[in-house]
Amino acid sequence: MSINATLLIQIIAFVLLIWFVNKVLWGPLSKLMEERQKKIADGLSAAEKGKHELELAEQKAKEVLKEAKAQAQNVLSQAEKRGSEIVEDAKVKATEEAERIKASAQAEIEQEVSRAREQLRKEVATIAVSGAEKILGKEVNAAAHNDMLEALVKQI
Amino acid sequence: MGTVEYIQHHLTNNTIGEGFWTFNMDTIIVSFLLGALIVFTAARLGKQLESGTPGGFQNFVESILDFVSTNVRDAFPGHNPLIAPIALTIFLWVWMMNFMDLIPVDLLPWLFQLVTGDSHAYLKVVPTTDLNTTLAMAFTVFALILYYNIKIKGIGGFIKMFLFHPFGKFFVPVNVVMTAIEEVSKPLSLALRLFGNMFAGELVFLLIALIGGTLAVGAAALFWAPLQVLLDLGWLIFHLLVITLQAFIFMVLTIVYLGMAHDEGH
Repeated sequence: MSINATLLIQIIAFVLLIWFVNKVLWGPLSKLMEERQKKIADGLSAAEKGKHELELAEQKAKEVLKEAKAQAQNVLSQAEKRGSEIVEDAKVKATEEAERIKASAQAEIEQEVSRAREQLRKEVATIAVSGAEKILGKEVNAAAHNDMLEALVKQI
Repeated sequence: MGTVEYIQHHLTNNTIGEGFWTFNMDTIIVSFLLGALIVFTAARLGKQLESGTPGGFQNFVESILDFVSTNVRDAFPGHNPLIAPIALTIFLWVWMMNFMDLIPVDLLPWLFQLVTGDSHAYLKVVPTTDLNTTLAMAFTVFALILYYNIKIKGIGGFIKMFLFHPFGKFFVPVNVVMTAIEEVSKPLSLALRLFGNMFAGELVFLLIALIGGTLAVGAAALFWAPLQVLLDLGWLIFHLLVITLQAFIFMVLTIVYLGMAHDEGH
């Protein structure tokens, strides 16, 4: 029960044990736990970063999509415009063509008419002369009545 | 064997030597073995440390470490890498030495007497019921307290602490006495608290053991033996709490005292 030299031995034992525990148990294990804690923290922050990046990427994707949509709209409206332009152009051209065809047809008709008229004129002159011959019973001097005939022809 | 003799026999150390140079061999050997067990287990665990998914035992040890480091962080201002290992050592070693109290009081002495062939051989198996052990730890802690007091505050600061604390500069003699008492009471209270608790606990175990030992004669054993088992079990469960609590208190007070030594405010 009394205090004796055991005290000294126990002090030495205690100090030695502290040294051993620090070296064998506390040192390696606390280092391990610290490392693990750091790893977990790193993982969490990496996850956070990944999430952030994902958000950014999503935003960017949205922007790109929006831009693409706008571009598509642009292209579409341009195409529409161009289409209507082409149609307008074609219309104009068709009208012109029609006009041209109509004009040429008109010209032909007129030509035909004038030719027919010419023919008629000639025939009328001849018929008139022969009619007059018949009526008069004698040959009409064509040359003599040429002026009158000409005036007649012009009247037709 | 009479009651008094029985108790006295159990509370006497197996010694070598005379006077101050007496060595309580049972205390020394048991505490050394328990310390060696801690180191050996730790070394074996250290070889198979797993960083990713720790197994059962490593988990258990890690939770003890966590517990200790949480206590250190809560009670210790500043940073000193030596405090936590000291606290851990105290907690583990004191708890294991205290745990020797839960082994049936007659088992180890009986085995020892059987092995040595000496039916009167002394063996006191709980090192913390020996004042030498608790005082040894308390003195070591006290030495650390003094060391850090002087290291952090400097010699001048340390002397100033004695002169002007706690009542200011007009009560210097009173202050010296008060501070001296305060400082000396730290190791003494540490040692005596643990010793007293464990000694008393051991004594209660011995008294309970006496119920079956001396009172149970003949037919009376039918009554006394079950009572002894019941009381023993009750005290054992309660004492399991006490040994843990005592180890914890020793650890926390050590942290707090060392924290006070690191405090420059005084």
